[in-house]
Amino acid sequence: MNYFKLPLEDWTNRFVDDWLLPVTGEFFDTISDGLRKFIDNVTELLIAIPPELLVLVLVLLSWKIAGKGVALFALIGSLYLGSVDLWVESIQTVSIVIVSTLISIIIGIPLGILAATNKFMAGFVRPILDFMQTLPSFVYLIPAILLFGLGNVPAVIATFVFATPPAVRMTTLGINQVPSDVVEASTAFGSTKWQLLYKVQLPLAMPSIMAGINQTMMLALSMAVISSMIGAPGLGSVVLEGISTVNVGLGLTGGLGIVVLAIVLDRITQGLSRKKI
Amino acid sequence: MNKIEVTNLTKIFGSNPQQGLKRLKNGEQKEDILAKTGMTVGVNQVSFTVKAGEFFVIMGLSGSGKSTLIRLVNRLIEPTSGEVLIDGSDITKMNKTELIQTRRKKLGMVFQQFGLFQHRTVLANVAYGLEIQGVKKEERNKRAQKSIEDVGLKGYENSYPDELSGGMQQRVGLARALANDSDILLMDEAFSALDPLIRKEMQDELLNLQNKLGKTVLFITHDLDEALKLGDRIAIMKNGQIVQVGTADEILENPANEYVSNFVKDVDRSKVLMASNVMKKPNVIMIEKNGALAAVRKMEDAGISSIFVVDKVNNLRGLLTIDDAIKAYKTNLPIESVLIKDLHTIDPDTSLNDLFGVAVEAKYPLAVIQDEKLLGIVTRVSILTGLGLGKDEVSAS
Repeated sequence: MNYFKLPLEDWTNRFVDDWLLPVTGEFFDTISDGLRKFIDNVTELLIAIPPELLVLVLVLLSWKIAGKGVALFALIGSLYLGSVDLWVESIQTVSIVIVSTLISIIIGIPLGILAATNKFMAGFVRPILDFMQTLPSFVYLIPAILLFGLGNVPAVIATFVFATPPAVRMTTLGINQVPSDVVEASTAFGSTKWQLLYKVQLPLAMPSIMAGINQTMMLALSMAVISSMIGAPGLGSVVLEGISTVNVGLGLTGGLGIVVLAIVLDRITQGLSRKKI
Repeated sequence: MNKIEVTNLTKIFGSNPQQGLKRLKNGEQKEDILAKTGMTVGVNQVSFTVKAGEFFVIMGLSGSGKSTLIRLVNRLIEPTSGEVLIDGSDITKMNKTELIQTRRKKLGMVFQQFGLFQHRTVLANVAYGLEIQGVKKEERNKRAQKSIEDVGLKGYENSYPDELSGGMQQRVGLARALANDSDILLMDEAFSALDPLIRKEMQDELLNLQNKLGKTVLFITHDLDEALKLGDRIAIMKNGQIVQVGTADEILENPANEYVSNFVKDVDRSKVLMASNVMKKPNVIMIEKNGALAAVRKMEDAGISSIFVVDKVNNLRGLLTIDDAIKAYKTNLPIESVLIKDLHTIDPDTSLNDLFGVAVEAKYPLAVIQDEKLLGIVTRVSILTGLGLGKDEVSAS
């Protein structure tokens, strides 16, 4: 099948070595520094809070938003994380998840809105999302390391690439699902495009948008182990250590920690999306 | 004065509407244009006017272009060509700001599927139009409250639309359109999604509201009975064109073509025809002029057994039967003393449908009364002729 040779590998490498790194290196360094500070601050803040207080807040929050069962689960889960001595690792993972989810939301939701209201943008955004979702995450780990170094930052970037598509897609879907007669009604009474968006379309799309945020968060968490391969600390690195030393017990301990975080975060964000806005 | 003036309004859906328009102006048919270019002519050079305070109904089957037409009037759909004058200014030529202002101040709209905002309470739904104009919360809630009361939804201000029945939801839709205090109401199949009893109730209330508030209404329906009941004038649409405009009577009596006459053939005449359509000129005697003997003569001449008695100004005084007239003559009593005064009288706009029951019960012809004046009488025979024999008999009466 090789009728002609496509030197994609060469081209890409030359592009990265000769242009991307020398020209944009400084720019990415700035981003990298800023992002690192942000993640570190979040992590330090969460670690500085006494674990007991943090658990109390978490339990109360779960109770208020998702009910008694989830609150109980959050309490037991927290006790588990403490008892296997993975509290700090959990906080590190949660920090990465929070920061990357935040970035995904800040970029993803406006993009979703644009794609819903503008046909051209929709045609532009969709293939990019497909690309982001299907490209194996290891592939963009490499440039992430090159541009952002090792540690938290490339982890957040890679997680962002992997986890943003649901936030965009579910926002677009939510807005497109607003019944056309409701949009017509709003327009017929003389709404501007902005008024239509923030008084009608966004509130009605909110359950869908929240479901998107929930999915983004879950995907972000599922990147924990892969992120640890590029030096991100947290529960993922515990699992990775378990794998590399063939320590089944360690792997399970860390893995269960991720499951606990996933369930609590999932139930809380789901609870949020069910609330009447 | 004309509130809405539509001239040569055309909408062509498709890739090259201007080319379609050219073909249309060259006299090509809608079907040919679809076959040759794949473009759909939604509305085809429609012209009509709606006077201030008029209830104008556009009637057509699905696919006739009526829903497109009403959306061209407030430019929810961009017209391909033609003019729509709202209070004299052409909405098709307005810029964005002017268009939004016109929609806010002059045009209220009610939708078939209600188009309510599910995330807002009834009050917030009704206040929406004012909210987007930047009216202060207190003021807009006060005005919204008033129109909620106008449509009879007091007490439901804080409910959400999905907690209400269909009929009540459409009341919210109506209140929302009224709250803006715009002169014109555009109603797109507003009652079609409601079940028949609720629909009738809403129709009656809409007529009341319109009488009270004097709105200009442009009402779209596929239901001829509804059109005939509500419309001061009715436009019948087919294939994107208006085939006839006229009052209910004009359309029933002189259908413009076969399409319209096929339509009106099936109309339930008992709902459309009113007492005033079937009533006859009564034989009367005047109480100041005629005595008992004259009354007996008149009844004998006409071959009837009772006669209505009026005074000089045609106020109904009562009914005189032939027996009572003879008795009065023999005993020399004034006829005033033998009149039957406890009569069943009806309004001229009572529908035949509502007359059946009354007519069966009544021993004497029914007197049609307006402002105490005797306009005519309705007998069982005239009801039946009105229903069965149709237009000739009716227009002759």
